[in-house]
Amino acid sequence: MSLNYSKKTLKYFLNPKNIGEIKNPDASATIGNMVCGDQLNFTMKVEKGRIKNIKFLSFGCASNIATASIMTEKVKGKTIAQAKKLDWKTIVKDLDGLPQQKVHCSVMATDGLKALIKDYEKNKEIKK
Amino acid sequence: MNIYLDNAATTRLDKRVLKAMLPFYQEKFANPSSIHFSGQRNNLVLKKSKELVAKNLATSSDRIIFCSGATEANNFIIKGVMEANTDKGKHLIVSSIEHPSVFELARNLKSKGFKVDFLPVNSRGIVELSDLKKLLRKDTVLVSVMAANNEIGTKQALKELIKVVKDNGSYFHSDIVQAVAYEEILIDKLNLDFASLSAHKFNGPTGIGVAVINPKIKVNPLLIGGGQENTYRSGTYNLAGIVGLSKALDITCKNRKENKKKVKDLRDYFLKQLKKEISDIKINGCLKKRLPNNLNVLFRNIEGEAILIDLSNKGIEVSTGSACSAVNLKSSYVLSALGLKDEELNSNIRFTLSKDTTKAEIDYTILNLKKTVKRLKSFSPIK
Repeated sequence: MSLNYSKKTLKYFLNPKNIGEIKNPDASATIGNMVCGDQLNFTMKVEKGRIKNIKFLSFGCASNIATASIMTEKVKGKTIAQAKKLDWKTIVKDLDGLPQQKVHCSVMATDGLKALIKDYEKNKEIKK
Repeated sequence: MNIYLDNAATTRLDKRVLKAMLPFYQEKFANPSSIHFSGQRNNLVLKKSKELVAKNLATSSDRIIFCSGATEANNFIIKGVMEANTDKGKHLIVSSIEHPSVFELARNLKSKGFKVDFLPVNSRGIVELSDLKKLLRKDTVLVSVMAANNEIGTKQALKELIKVVKDNGSYFHSDIVQAVAYEEILIDKLNLDFASLSAHKFNGPTGIGVAVINPKIKVNPLLIGGGQENTYRSGTYNLAGIVGLSKALDITCKNRKENKKKVKDLRDYFLKQLKKEISDIKINGCLKKRLPNNLNVLFRNIEGEAILIDLSNKGIEVSTGSACSAVNLKSSYVLSALGLKDEELNSNIRFTLSKDTTKAEIDYTILNLKKTVKRLKSFSPIK
């Protein structure tokens, strides 16, 4: 098995977008942990049903960082309903493929998004 | 710029070694088992190569068996000895930081009904004599402890370990593949029954290695066929490889002392700069009882593979744990055996220098490592 990352994955790893933490976010979610070797922390701001801003922090490998970066880019500006439709296969495709043993990173990024949206909806309920 | 700091994985082939090998692919291609003059001429080359290897390991040539590498040698010896000596017992002891070709093989033998114990190491990566004594039994056939570890470079006190094992009436095997470039291994004087090595760890070619055996101890053959290597290892001789191995070993042994000092000075400089320039690090494994070319470093709160890929992008080639574990993504059982916490197991980088590494390369590495660590820390959720 090889560990050949696509040029696009490397590009995103070396220059990730939407890095950081949003203050007073409308939702936050943590997925994974240090023991597994991958952890992502997401924060999100929503306005009129649209994702206004989304940021992440990562303790993870190159593809963990790249997949989180591309995921945040794809959903930023989208409605919550649109964001819910994003699946991991789209991320793999957009990165021109991932090494087989790294495909789980794309699943983790979309699982993180799901957890984030769930937290947003829960917080919205509480506000009501 | 390409800075290669992964010399425990493999090393560059020495030009002199390549030159010595080339004739055996072209004009002198004959099979050393053939009876015609060209074959017999090559048979003499084979014999002389074996004598040169034996001389450099301070043993006799009837103890040298050529094979494809250390993985094969480890498999041949451990499996061969355990299976051939069931009248003596079925108990095998291997250290808990052995290379996978010993560690996984031991687990495999266990699943086949052999009794296997894994000898622990202390937090510095050293086997304690008292732990070995506790595990030795009447039916212990073989004990396998590597001379130096591939991930953390720690060296074991072979002389003392061998004595205890021999006093118990058991046999001793040592994987000496990482040690041989820097440590003098006198097989006969050490009373070492079995040893394994690969040429490519000391500027020789890949695909060729040595299994040192003790002809007085029963070993089952690994490959059955034409009866080469005293029937232990059938298969047409890889003569170019054998010539390359013997030449590389000879060059290595002649320059060992000088290389060791040079590499150690540079490694110590690397460590000094590392400690000065980068915080939140820890060196894995004992620094004193360690190969001169190895540094295994824990970088807290950032992930090892991310460090590796970031450095690789800057032309600096290192490894997370061993090269094998990098691909299957399992965290290191060697570092686990040292007692690293679970959350520390994914943040380690192995740097292994060579005699050709320069101070300028180390300076460049430190400079870039600093940038890499700073970048990855800047977006780590763990503070």
